[in-house]
Amino acid sequence: MKHLTEEELIGYREGETTQREAIAEHLTSCTACRAELDRIEAVLSALDNFPVPERGPEYGRAVWQQIAPRLPEKAGRGWRAWFEPRRWVAIGAMAAVVVAAFVAGRWTKKPEPGAPTASVAQVRQRVLVLAVGEHLGKSEMVLMELANAAPPNAGQTEINISAEQRRAEDLLDTNRLYRETAEHDGDAALASVLDELERVLLDVAHSPQEVTPAQLETIRQRIEAHGILFKVRVVGKELNERQKTTNSAPAAPGADTRERNKA
Amino acid sequence: MQDREAVQNAARESDAIAVERTLAGERDAFRGLVERHSQQLFRLAYRMTGNEHDAEEVVQEAFLRAYRNLGQFGSRANFGTWAYRIAANYAIDRMRQKRSEDARRQTPSVLAEEQDQDPLDLAPDERPTPDRLAMNTELRKKMEEALKELSSSERTAFVMRHWEGCAIEEIAAVLKTTTSAAKNTVFRSVQKLRRALEPYVGARGALQAKAAGAAPEPRGTQS
Repeated sequence: MKHLTEEELIGYREGETTQREAIAEHLTSCTACRAELDRIEAVLSALDNFPVPERGPEYGRAVWQQIAPRLPEKAGRGWRAWFEPRRWVAIGAMAAVVVAAFVAGRWTKKPEPGAPTASVAQVRQRVLVLAVGEHLGKSEMVLMELANAAPPNAGQTEINISAEQRRAEDLLDTNRLYRETAEHDGDAALASVLDELERVLLDVAHSPQEVTPAQLETIRQRIEAHGILFKVRVVGKELNERQKTTNSAPAAPGADTRERNKA
Repeated sequence: MQDREAVQNAARESDAIAVERTLAGERDAFRGLVERHSQQLFRLAYRMTGNEHDAEEVVQEAFLRAYRNLGQFGSRANFGTWAYRIAANYAIDRMRQKRSEDARRQTPSVLAEEQDQDPLDLAPDERPTPDRLAMNTELRKKMEEALKELSSSERTAFVMRHWEGCAIEEIAAVLKTTTSAAKNTVFRSVQKLRRALEPYVGARGALQAKAAGAAPEPRGTQS
């Protein structure tokens, strides 16, 4: 008799299976599978009793007292607010500032090459370039390993990608931080690549630990469809070049960002 | 059953009115929403973050974000579900941020120390109280550790599914992924928790499970 897999039993327990009746029938006649389901159930029942500290009936009032001084005068109206007349005035003013900055930039003299322009912003930029370069290198390795994962041996129906998944999960945290920093610094090109990378890493992190060759192929196709491996390589290489350049001669703050955005 | 539904509908209507009044500029109307939903948000946040301080921060931040983005809230009738989703998303960010900070702080010697711990020393015994009480404390500690070992997505999926009874679609929306990926994440979290806790749960849990009935009820019926 073929026993049920752990995944099938969890699916049955969670009510997330299309074969509910067949599994129920199997469980009536198979003591081994029933015992296995009992063991899963035992762990979940124990977790039912995991305590949550009590918050008294006054808790809601306490939360209000904490947040009330931090609330803005009016609640945000989301997208509806964009159609309010005062918002259009603000947008117009902002656009004027951007145009003025652009025109001023065209007319002002560029700094002499090699002039001592090192600043806190520049040092920060260098650290970011170094860290993101390293992060992209690690991400490239995970994606490469998945793209080149060996096909299963004879008799093996699934491939374990749990190691790559763990690394993808770890990379997700740092990726998000770097993406937010790049967005904040106005580095649109880097932010865009990191955003795409985040989606692929999420896909990998949310796949099953053991995948069939067909599932692995789907993951590969997703990586290829985004062209992310190529983009990661290009940006990673460019960051490395930047790092070498900035180490030998300091560039103006934000220069590499502008170049990358142009590209 | 009908009474419960009527109470829920009344609460939703009351929420909808409070949202409209807040949007109309009555800041104090938001107070009712905060007082009504704080407990539920705290339970979710505590289970996700695993500590009271972080959970309280998540609750406050969730309400602040809800207030700032109240205009984006389309369906006026389900403020609770919307705030719940904001809290879950913020808790994920908080967990990821904390995990990165912890990873940076944790020294290799601490890791080696943890690995050297003999699991047999932590195995529960069958003796009655007060040892039983100690065992419960130990089991709770193991649960906390096992939950901490889950990735932030897995922990979110497990908390939403197991304790909050959320549908897979709702979990997928919070994790910003497909329903099939969300389902896999739920399955994987159960597998990991099982591996970590089975040695400590043992026969006691199995008996409890049997007493609860052989055929488990499908989950995810409430939203």
